[in-house]
Amino acid sequence: MIRKILQNHLHGRIFLCLLLILTLYVAFANLLLPSDHLLYVSTYTVTLLGKYLTYALLAIAVDLVWGYLGILSLGHGAFFALGGYVMGMYLMRQVGDRGVYGNPLLADFMVFLNWDSLPWFWLGFDQFWFAAIMIMLVPGTLAFVFGWFAFRSRVTGVYLSIMTQAMTYALMLAFFRNEMGFGGNNGLTDFKDLLGFSLQSDSMRVGLFVSSALALALGYWSCRAIVNSKLGRVSVAIRDSEDRVRFLGYQVDHFKLWVFTFSAVLAGIAGALYVPQVGIINPSEFSPINSIEIVVWVAVGGRATLLGAILGALMVNYAKTYFTGAFPEIWLFALGGLFIAVTLFAPRGVLGFFQRQDNRKSANQVGTE
Amino acid sequence: MPIILNHSLIFLLLLFNLSVSGATVPNQTLKLLTSSSFDDKARAIEQLAQTGSETSERLLNAMAQGDLYYVKSNKRIVLTKNQDSKIQLTDAMTGEDLGLVSKRKVKKVSVNNKLRGQISTVISNFKLSHLDANIRLIAVENLMADASPEMLSQLQAMKQKESDPDVIDAIDTVTAFSQLKSTNLIQQLSAIETLDGHLNAEVLVRLKQLNLSSSNASVRLAAKKSISHIESKVSIFGHLETLFFGLSLGSILALAAIGLAITFGVMGVINMAHGELIMIGAYTTYVIQLLMPNHIAASLLVAIPAAFLVSALVGILIERSVIRFLYGRPLETLLATFGISLFLQQAVRSIFSPLNRPVVSPEWMSGSLEINALLSITYNRLYIFFFCLTIFALLYLIMTKTSLGLHVRAISQNRSMARAMGVRSQWVDVMTFGLGSGIAGVAGVALSQITNVGPNLGQAYIVDSFMVVVFGGVGNLWGTLISGLTLGVVGKFLEPATGAVLAKVLVLLFIILYIQKRPRGMFPQKGRAAGQ
Repeated sequence: MIRKILQNHLHGRIFLCLLLILTLYVAFANLLLPSDHLLYVSTYTVTLLGKYLTYALLAIAVDLVWGYLGILSLGHGAFFALGGYVMGMYLMRQVGDRGVYGNPLLADFMVFLNWDSLPWFWLGFDQFWFAAIMIMLVPGTLAFVFGWFAFRSRVTGVYLSIMTQAMTYALMLAFFRNEMGFGGNNGLTDFKDLLGFSLQSDSMRVGLFVSSALALALGYWSCRAIVNSKLGRVSVAIRDSEDRVRFLGYQVDHFKLWVFTFSAVLAGIAGALYVPQVGIINPSEFSPINSIEIVVWVAVGGRATLLGAILGALMVNYAKTYFTGAFPEIWLFALGGLFIAVTLFAPRGVLGFFQRQDNRKSANQVGTE
Repeated sequence: MPIILNHSLIFLLLLFNLSVSGATVPNQTLKLLTSSSFDDKARAIEQLAQTGSETSERLLNAMAQGDLYYVKSNKRIVLTKNQDSKIQLTDAMTGEDLGLVSKRKVKKVSVNNKLRGQISTVISNFKLSHLDANIRLIAVENLMADASPEMLSQLQAMKQKESDPDVIDAIDTVTAFSQLKSTNLIQQLSAIETLDGHLNAEVLVRLKQLNLSSSNASVRLAAKKSISHIESKVSIFGHLETLFFGLSLGSILALAAIGLAITFGVMGVINMAHGELIMIGAYTTYVIQLLMPNHIAASLLVAIPAAFLVSALVGILIERSVIRFLYGRPLETLLATFGISLFLQQAVRSIFSPLNRPVVSPEWMSGSLEINALLSITYNRLYIFFFCLTIFALLYLIMTKTSLGLHVRAISQNRSMARAMGVRSQWVDVMTFGLGSGIAGVAGVALSQITNVGPNLGQAYIVDSFMVVVFGGVGNLWGTLISGLTLGVVGKFLEPATGAVLAKVLVLLFIILYIQKRPRGMFPQKGRAAGQ
């Protein structure tokens, strides 16, 4: 057990060092090297990598609840999208009177809908600090309320998964409505700048990439800390035998609730970093398939490893970028095949191949839930 | 020359006693039509009215619209249609095509306002005495706006001979409308009484007018009473209609979920590819229709067993190749079957194109059953409702009365004990999964009649289907049916207040909250089987 933790710590350190080197290299190569240099990294690649890093952060959020707590959440895309929407609202307010209709207060879609004043829930989003709090508060609150209801009435396993899926599906339907006040079908887009700097500039792109790397490092570090703490060990116990933990006198609901909420906050932060890099947020981010895709990243990398989740997110998304560019028809076949192959032949994911024999026992327990 | 021609025509007709339409209009009448005197034309109209034939009606209609001409050279009466600068001629009697001629060669049979009035009276008389009761009904209803006293007396005479109850009813309504306008108090009151409970939209308008305009208190009171009576009836029928829409939506939900009630509810397999099995059923319908394009009605009936077989085979393939390795690991099953669903969606996209495919509804599915002026039920939804009930009944019989059903229930309660008693659990798994998948395919046939058949058909129903099964209580067929219908009705009753999308969101929220309260659904399984 101690050796395992040490070993994982070692892995974690290696990962953090790699991340640091990659971040520094990408940042300097993009900003300092001339564009025809062999080692130059284009701004497109910087943004793409930044996007992958936010996905990786999302993946460890899912791994925390799925791998260590046994909750298969099919709704984490909702927390991600909510974080993204909050960021989008801030960016929308930053547009000011540079929109198509030139209204200093209202976003273009509000003018289009003939609204004459800002809806109450858009107030305050012109302040970055307010938006930053909301990025964590909105997904966190939703997860807290949802979890409070669900865990208290002991909805577990598949039921919980389907509930989370219904949650994100309901949110998707709701956000598609124009009357919701979040831009309906088109979502929020045409952002101009963040904290006064243009979103299109190279330095802003690198800045967002570095922030994503930082968020990922912090997210990984905090998840690692949780997993190795007493809270983490109780979580694993809950995953393996919820009833037994309850009978031992632990408040299972509270443990689940806090870990679930923390994970949702991480997902929200990932979403908030994602939106300025891709430049749009719309209701399709809520679609159930997105949430399930996240689960596949984790499954491919290896669940209950955190590092595996990051690895899986990077690999699957690189494959997605490659396939959708080169052979768009094949992507869904490949993704579908990946789902089946991983669950049937590699239940412990890619990292499972590299892990030593003596870890197999604990990994088998993962498979029984 | 023309006279000789016409004479010979009549001679021929008399000779062979042919009943060609047009032969019934005497030549004399046609001659009067070409006269320049309006009095002559009035006499011609009277004569046409007396013949009462279809040709006469056609002539009069054309005359009123100014499409009736005669050829200057031979005074032949023709129907015309403008085509660019020339005029397309058709013989008014025989319908023979006379080709395009210049406008100068023909002269219009002109009419004045007096003649127009006369023609419209004659035409409405024609319609009132038409053989088809529906045309008579429309003719009477056209008189509702305002009927002359002569018309009314004619209607009363007509009522004596009339056999169709709808037409009699319409005549009464028209009569009552004119009585409403009279100054006679008793007539007004009796008219209100006649109109009481009528659902025609015009009735309500008239009564409301009377309520505002009448100076007599008792008339106003009677009108008011009648109005509230009618309005309550209208709202009852409105609710009935919503109820039907809700049941229809509910039956669709239940139909989509009923296969899942077997695979998920009874076997405990989380099959995320269930929606795609429905989609396969819908595409089977499309393919069968392509194979037999001339027998649309029959193709639908052929599609039902075909879709069952195709979906069942695909389901069995899924079970043998993937799911059987994952029994007892529901979350893994969920992921693997989701992979299968992506696979199937893309397969359909590659084979049939990503666009929606058109599936034609047979004639007996289109149209609607009109119960009264306010309530009509479309046949396709009615059929699907009963189809859903039939499928449910069949499935229920299979599950309760056959040995397969017995084995399935035994295995779902205690797999190892059932195997110890000699149940071939693998075989039963295959058959059950095939059955559930096949029923999903049959649901696809029904859905192809009301929604677009496209690669996303399945995705649209998968969340709903799971909701229906979970809400009804896993492992309970009745629960699935009732929860499907309930959710449909609740959704439809919410819709007027909230809009369709929000209603759906609210229903989902309602289920999420309900499951918190009662995690095992409306009808939880009882007894030892409920343990896990």
